[in-house]
Amino acid sequence: MSSLKLWIAIGMLVMASSAGDVMLSAAMKRIGDLEEIRAKKGLLAVVGHVVREKLFLLGLCCLIFSFFCLLTALSWGDASLVAPASASLTYICSAILAKFLLHENVDRRRWLSAALVCIGVILLVK
Amino acid sequence: MLKKLFIYLAIACCNGAGDVLLKRGMDELGEIHLNNPAHIFSAFLNPWIVVGILFLAGFFYSYLTALSWADLTYVLPATAFGYVVTAFLSRFFLHEAVSPWRWAGVLLITGGVGLVARGPSLTERRDTNQLAAQKEQHELA
Repeated sequence: MSSLKLWIAIGMLVMASSAGDVMLSAAMKRIGDLEEIRAKKGLLAVVGHVVREKLFLLGLCCLIFSFFCLLTALSWGDASLVAPASASLTYICSAILAKFLLHENVDRRRWLSAALVCIGVILLVK
Repeated sequence: MLKKLFIYLAIACCNGAGDVLLKRGMDELGEIHLNNPAHIFSAFLNPWIVVGILFLAGFFYSYLTALSWADLTYVLPATAFGYVVTAFLSRFFLHEAVSPWRWAGVLLITGGVGLVARGPSLTERRDTNQLAAQKEQHELA
């Protein structure tokens, strides 16, 4: 039972952080090249553009929620399980969401890279 | 290409260095006990932690900048490269023991990042290109 609770927390954490990443990505594409805005109008204009974008704020809320899920999961399970499991699942989940929601061209090269990063993250805690 | 490389490095280095600096600061601060939670606010007086937070702010800024002109699946591996930076800093700055398994993980992540970094950074979208072309034609007419 307790392990089910832990995996539900990890699942929520993974969903929230991938959804947050996808929203941030979509929001930034809407705003346009931040470096260009900074060069033309300065850093404050960049902050203004970013915080006025609703999708950015929504994405940020998702990331904050995922952070609290992480803290909860860490209080229920070992860091050596929670950290790599959530990080590696987030890479795969984000790649899937990016392909289907953002219509990114996730080719064989990017899937292979996501898999390598995933296994690498798991090995980091060995 | 240089811009891509620079932003990749900025994301990875700021992320890794930020984490290591926080760890160093928290080690100096000592354990946080639940019966004295206000103790955690003294963390903001520790210079290591303040610099660590600045690095993490730099990470978030460079992450958003990268997302403004590159695909999410292109930028994400760069955030994982932060773990590689963390491993090196943990070994040589915090003097922690890093096991062979961890170095193997570092190698795999580096390989994954290298693979994506050599590919295109943004999905080409025919619809936006077409729109731009139409607009251009319209302006010419």
